[in-house]
Amino acid sequence: MQRKAPRKEVSNMDSSTVALSVIFVIVLISSIVGMYAGSRYKMDLEQWTVAGRGFGLIFVWLLMAGEVYTTFAFLGASGWAYSRGAPTMYIMAYLTLAYVFSFYFLPQIWEIGKKFSMQTQSDFFRQRYGSKNLAAFAALVGVVFIIPYLQLQLTGLGIIVEVSGFGGISRATAILIAFALVAAFVFVSGIRAVAWISVIKDFLMLFAVFFIGIGLPYMYFGGIGEMFTALINAKPAHLILPGSTKTMGQSWYVSTVLLTSLGFYMWPHLFSATFTAKNNNIIRRNAIIMPLYTITMPLIFLVGFTAIMVVPGLSNGDLALLTIVRKSYPAWFMGIIGAAGALTAMVPAAILILAAATLFAKNFYREMFAPNMTDAQVEKLARVMVIVITLIALYFAIYSSTTLVNLLLLGYAGVTQFLPGVLFGLYWSRVTKKGVFTGLVAGIAVVAYLVLTKQDPFFGINAGFIALCVNFAVTVIVSLSTQSEPNRFDEEPAVAAKK
Amino acid sequence: MHKPTIGAILVGLIPFLAVCFSVPLWDRIYPLVLGVPFNLFWIVLWILLTPLCMFFAYRIERKKIDAAEGTEKGGVQHG
Repeated sequence: MQRKAPRKEVSNMDSSTVALSVIFVIVLISSIVGMYAGSRYKMDLEQWTVAGRGFGLIFVWLLMAGEVYTTFAFLGASGWAYSRGAPTMYIMAYLTLAYVFSFYFLPQIWEIGKKFSMQTQSDFFRQRYGSKNLAAFAALVGVVFIIPYLQLQLTGLGIIVEVSGFGGISRATAILIAFALVAAFVFVSGIRAVAWISVIKDFLMLFAVFFIGIGLPYMYFGGIGEMFTALINAKPAHLILPGSTKTMGQSWYVSTVLLTSLGFYMWPHLFSATFTAKNNNIIRRNAIIMPLYTITMPLIFLVGFTAIMVVPGLSNGDLALLTIVRKSYPAWFMGIIGAAGALTAMVPAAILILAAATLFAKNFYREMFAPNMTDAQVEKLARVMVIVITLIALYFAIYSSTTLVNLLLLGYAGVTQFLPGVLFGLYWSRVTKKGVFTGLVAGIAVVAYLVLTKQDPFFGINAGFIALCVNFAVTVIVSLSTQSEPNRFDEEPAVAAKK
Repeated sequence: MHKPTIGAILVGLIPFLAVCFSVPLWDRIYPLVLGVPFNLFWIVLWILLTPLCMFFAYRIERKKIDAAEGTEKGGVQHG
């Protein structure tokens, strides 16, 4: 790794032009690749949402990795390492365990999905519990919790382009351009666009993370061990729980890791990504190799830890990674980091938009208001919803930003409440739709109350985890006290599955 | 629908024990391993060991599935 003095002599104007050009070219090429990806296929609802169930191991891996490593992983993880310290370990733990847990139910979901031609999470509820109200409610809850997550991607993207472009372009403009591109390639190519852009994103991200994760500690301290020694001397408490926080101790760690790893695949977009696989053996093998992608996380932490001593006192920890890179590398390299960062926002945003649009059109609107709609009409409505949902998230991203972290916590804790309905739906014949419905409502009510009244963590335990326990208890009690229902997964599908 | 076998579930519990429930045992800075605080080293080690565990779980599952397929006609396609 080269050691060089931070460059300051180049004027801001030149740096800005260089970095922005690099970002723009990479993002534009990616978007074109995305649009081209779907052009060889006739786009019907099945192609658009689940790529005709034709993805092999590599594509499923890329798609899932593309969805997981969002701007939060890029900015948030280094930001947590910078401002909170040890609690950031939960990110490595939960990602690893989420894939472990997925091994025991995603292949089953794929099997059921294949049998009944499912495209969304709500389809699962519709078939298992035979209730259109429950399915529409699940769809609506999914969309509501997706929007803050989408807003987070937008805001993150704005920050990335603004900082790595040396302020040459305003946050709002960057968000607008990027999201016009996202809406365009989702509109045209659906899920295939996302998978292809993930290829570019993953390569850039791996390159960037390995380079700065190892390079920065060497540049400033002469090694990773030396960096840690300096940090231990400067802030010894930062590196063990609860780090530089007061509330994030060991009980918080255990409850948060459990909540997020168990709830991870309850995100509607991750759930439905399962359906893109060609067969369920791919899902199983994917669960084996996915944890390896987590190895990028400690490298991102190294950047955050190094930044503590190199650029101390940032008011917003999320800026730590970008600030230290800008201080240490030439403008063109900043541009590459910026482009990698922008793509880590655009790829997940694309799939969030796609999932929300499909949920709304197929599982909410059609279920509740227009039962006679054909799949072709649903697809048209979903494509219109791509634009509507993008605009809603844009509005929030540009006009509100203060409660972002709260919204995200609420979103994560919220979608996790689908877990009892999904797990019991697969493995417990006695579960009933009333049980699932009341459990879901109770779980969301507890989450909303505790998070919005700022009682998270609640006595050192993650509020979402408490809500999940309440949810499980209510689901079991209500199911047992209502009449048993047939398991509709045992039925034969009404229309034979395509292909 | 194939339900997970008990053996595979037990193997899957190992990573949960290692990086989640046992946190009081390894959340410490010393001993440093290769200059890295022990807690971070421990988690990174388990990122690498977890795929091994899951590979064993996969072998157990695969045996069951193949045995079940042997008794059925056609069976499920392999990847």
